[in-house]
Amino acid sequence: MSDTPKIEVRSLRKSFGSNEVLKSISLDVAKGGVVALIGPSGSGKSTLLRCINLLVVPDGGSVRVGDTRFEFGTGARLPDVKTLARFRATTGMVFQHFNLFPHMTTLRNVMEGPVTVRRMPRADAEKLARAQLAKVGLSEKADQYPATLSGGQKQRVAIARALAMEPDVMLFDEATSALDPELVGEVLNVIQQLAAEGMTMVIVTHEIAFAREVADRVVFMRDGVVVEEGPARQVIDTPQEAAMRAFLSHFHRTGALPPATAAS
Amino acid sequence: MYQWDFGILWSYRWLFLNGLGVTVGFTVVIVVCGLLCGLIAAFGSLSRFKAVRTLALIFIEAFRCTPILVQLIWFYYALPILAGVEMTPITASALALSLYGGSFYSEIIRGGIVSIDRGQSEAGAALGMTPRQTMTRIVLPQAIKRMIPALMNQSIIQFKNTSLVSVLAVPDLVYQSQVAAHDSYRPLETYTAVAVAYAAILIPLTILVRRGEKRMAVSE
Repeated sequence: MSDTPKIEVRSLRKSFGSNEVLKSISLDVAKGGVVALIGPSGSGKSTLLRCINLLVVPDGGSVRVGDTRFEFGTGARLPDVKTLARFRATTGMVFQHFNLFPHMTTLRNVMEGPVTVRRMPRADAEKLARAQLAKVGLSEKADQYPATLSGGQKQRVAIARALAMEPDVMLFDEATSALDPELVGEVLNVIQQLAAEGMTMVIVTHEIAFAREVADRVVFMRDGVVVEEGPARQVIDTPQEAAMRAFLSHFHRTGALPPATAAS
Repeated sequence: MYQWDFGILWSYRWLFLNGLGVTVGFTVVIVVCGLLCGLIAAFGSLSRFKAVRTLALIFIEAFRCTPILVQLIWFYYALPILAGVEMTPITASALALSLYGGSFYSEIIRGGIVSIDRGQSEAGAALGMTPRQTMTRIVLPQAIKRMIPALMNQSIIQFKNTSLVSVLAVPDLVYQSQVAAHDSYRPLETYTAVAVAYAAILIPLTILVRRGEKRMAVSE
């Protein structure tokens, strides 16, 4: 059963106006696999991630997550809003800028998906939400509003909110890029814990050391194409392509994860 | 030197109260209908379909860019000829004022909705919400908070605009005071009293709005 990938992206194309952002991209993610998408900004990695849960609708190619497959391009009909919504309910996403709902407490943020989308009774949803908040270590913040939390805490709530939908896969869109350096570790810690539990994940990140540590595979993108991909350590330690080497020269590749993770 | 005599107005108190009742009642009707109409026009102007957007835009600009006094007269005298429907002065002025207010409300509502960060609806969509659920659960609750001061302000203008219905002989406060002024030969006292009556209702309301704004600023 683990032979068929959990996520399968085939010849995906996307343009914004005359700017071709994705040029026939293919990507497989095994069940329980963790893939890190890295590359310079404007390389199309965030767009690719957003195409996986169809927040961005591709112009061509196909996307399959689990048993649900969508075709795009000439002749293919765009999925209707109900189909899209049902599909997205099975994929969790975490954003760079958290996008927590500021008018709801932390607990209500996490309950919102189960209550509104899955029509779960409030009492059950609350139990589920409290469990997810405990998992990211924020039980005591349940009744606070997002505005009172630090960036790292906000992002952990956002992860709990996505997990409360009990998704098959998790997508992380530069989840630590908006954080102060000292808060990065606590978020990476949670992601690493999810990886250890066998969650299928695609992570867009600039944390090269983290990608090397946590991801099974690394995909390096530039200008809308995959330049190099392979097992994480191999690709990062011994990059084959000149572009990849040039990109990696800006980072410390090895070394420990940020302090919070190293300490735990 | 003019001798002010406000005492004379006392004998017209029932006339004034009657007019004030009509003014307040009329305001309630046109604020409610105007908000409804503004909400529809706002969603229309944000529609995915170009035809709907254009229609909403035409409505908004037609009513926003013509004087309300002209609209009132037009609705009472011209519309019956064009559409062949007979309207009482009250219906005609309620209709005109609701649509006029609606065109301004719709811009406030639209502005409030688009001011909410795109990431909010993306987060809703990523959880599996339909666009409608995202709108009602995520975007509107935040947007309404931002709209309230401007909506209140527009409603205050609506309240004062009701004074114009007197041109169609709707017996509001201004119309009744005209009657009193003609009868008493005391227009200065009468209109001063009318101005005081409007202010006496509106000033407490504006204080309420200002207090609300402050409270909202704290919770943001």
